[in-house]
Amino acid sequence: MSTATGGTEVGVRELSYAEAIREALRQAMHADERVILLGEDIGVYGGAFGVTDGLLEEFGPERVRDTPISEAAITGCAIGAAVTGLRPVVEIQFMDFITLAMEQLVLQAAKMRYMFGGTVTVPMVLRTPAGAGTGAAAQHSGSLEAWFAHVPGLKVVAPATPADAKALLLAAIADPNPVIVVEHKLLYRTRGPVPEAPAPAPLGVAAVRREGRDVTVVATSVMVPRALTAAERLAAEGVDVEVVDLRTLRPLDAETPAASARKTGRVVVVYEAVKTLGIGAEVAARLVEGETFYHLKAPVVRLGGAECPIPYNRTLERAAVPQEEDIVAAVRQVLAEG
Amino acid sequence: MSAGGLPPDRLVALLRTMLLIRAFEELADELFAQGRVHGTMHLSVGQEAVAAGVCAALQPGDYILSTHRGHGHCLAKGADVRRMMAEFLGKATGYCRGRGGSMHIADVAGGNLGANGIVAGGLPIATGVGLSIRLRRSGQVCVAFFGDGAANEGAFHEALNLASIWELPVLFVCENNQYAMSMPVGRAMRVARVSDRAAAYGMPGVTADGMDVVAVYTVATELVARARQGGGPALLECVTYRYRGHSKSDRQRYRAREEVEAWRARDPIDRLRARLLAAGVLSAAAANQLAAEARAAVAAALAFAEASPEPDPATLLEGVYA
Repeated sequence: MSTATGGTEVGVRELSYAEAIREALRQAMHADERVILLGEDIGVYGGAFGVTDGLLEEFGPERVRDTPISEAAITGCAIGAAVTGLRPVVEIQFMDFITLAMEQLVLQAAKMRYMFGGTVTVPMVLRTPAGAGTGAAAQHSGSLEAWFAHVPGLKVVAPATPADAKALLLAAIADPNPVIVVEHKLLYRTRGPVPEAPAPAPLGVAAVRREGRDVTVVATSVMVPRALTAAERLAAEGVDVEVVDLRTLRPLDAETPAASARKTGRVVVVYEAVKTLGIGAEVAARLVEGETFYHLKAPVVRLGGAECPIPYNRTLERAAVPQEEDIVAAVRQVLAEG
Repeated sequence: MSAGGLPPDRLVALLRTMLLIRAFEELADELFAQGRVHGTMHLSVGQEAVAAGVCAALQPGDYILSTHRGHGHCLAKGADVRRMMAEFLGKATGYCRGRGGSMHIADVAGGNLGANGIVAGGLPIATGVGLSIRLRRSGQVCVAFFGDGAANEGAFHEALNLASIWELPVLFVCENNQYAMSMPVGRAMRVARVSDRAAAYGMPGVTADGMDVVAVYTVATELVARARQGGGPALLECVTYRYRGHSKSDRQRYRAREEVEAWRARDPIDRLRARLLAAGVLSAAAANQLAAEARAAVAAALAFAEASPEPDPATLLEGVYA
């Protein structure tokens, strides 16, 4: 579809992550009248982070539905609409608030198809902003994606770039299963090239964001750009880092990290959620329980969030989640160990 | 004879539905006693009038969402008793291919979007079904069955409020069978009737005698018609009683035998039968014949289920994702 002209593909513009999500919603709503939006303050207000700005004017209140503060009802409503022929996209204002909708998501949406012998599909999407870094403290800064990635029946994606934010959301809307799209608050204003055409990216496929020989950093969400910056710093010291962006947490692409690990022999896994029992444990386990283990030159290092709620104070908050310098230090550690 | 505007053949059909539910559950109970059922079950014996009366007020294309005590709703909505029995026994020919069992029987093609193991879990979903009906302009109605216990869950409040502000075609039907497991309804809430709560959501709240199938049918018909015509949701409370325990582990320490007997004296099947006999619509022989047919249908269903294969473990992961 695109032709290279002077280094920029035709139809590829710079958009912010938030604009890219909005474009995906607009295109999906134009393409399919079954797609509707539900959520708190998504209409006139335009969404707490401005993602749905202008969509009410464009599509009207039937399809862009402001809801009361009722997370369980919003989520359940999406389930009911999905099983009877619509394609609802829910916004839960902060990922932490998903706890109020936990039963509907985990006991209803995730299990309904299986429990009913495959006789229903639940094609709903739940978008939600996650993550620390905005000073929003313990109840508005959560990264709860591992909870949902643990549940068969759900799919979980965590886009790191504006292009992925669009492409993975389009894929989520087209998918016949319940999909949770974890958006990171710190990424909403980041900009990058985004193809104008509505091209979904396949779910469950990781991407190599930077090729390198010496160490693999497997990252999710906001840790991807952080790992890329760390990689540039390390490149100046002569360390060549490969960065793998998981993109989807369930289904998990275990092969892309494994292929990278077989090449570099050293792996750091970095993610924002609390380290214990997190995504990093799963990625590391997949690497060591298979053939890839024999290619490792050093133990896998996991770099995750601290074992505490996200604190308010800026310095403490920064210390609670992996930063660029932590990634640099972790890479040096795996290099030192083998 | 006609009652609730129903001609004799419809009244006989209501009796037939209630007899089928009763026969299914009595056989289910027997199978459990014989150790032929894996897991637990929740019987609705005594509550048949609610399922039969409400479902008779629906069109075939309408939806229901059911509860963990859902055998009656499923049968009243027109499910094939053979596939239900097969699901009850966990067989591959069951409605859910043995993955759901008693607590999760769904007959999606028949408009039954499933029994639910979480009280009030189906209520927000019903609101969404109502939204979908509205946006697709399909003219359907959705009924959400739930118990008195579910009326104290947060999801009840959220679902009724949302359905009301959006004027969705949903009928919320509370089967107030007096107990949430062992908790009597009077100790679990300070209002006299569950239907009193409808006022908080700006929707009609009606209490009906849930031991009288004609009474249930009459009010359900009115509220379903109202919803179908765009009048919005309503809360229908049917006052009823479960004769059996909550589930199979229940020693029923929380109620007296006399109380159960007093409710049994108002049995919905006996009542309708007596009415039909008194009106000369049915002879005693014909009434006995109906009961025998119901028992024969569930016996045939059991034979079908027993002859059906177990699900193949190789299919374990089928249906997790579409």
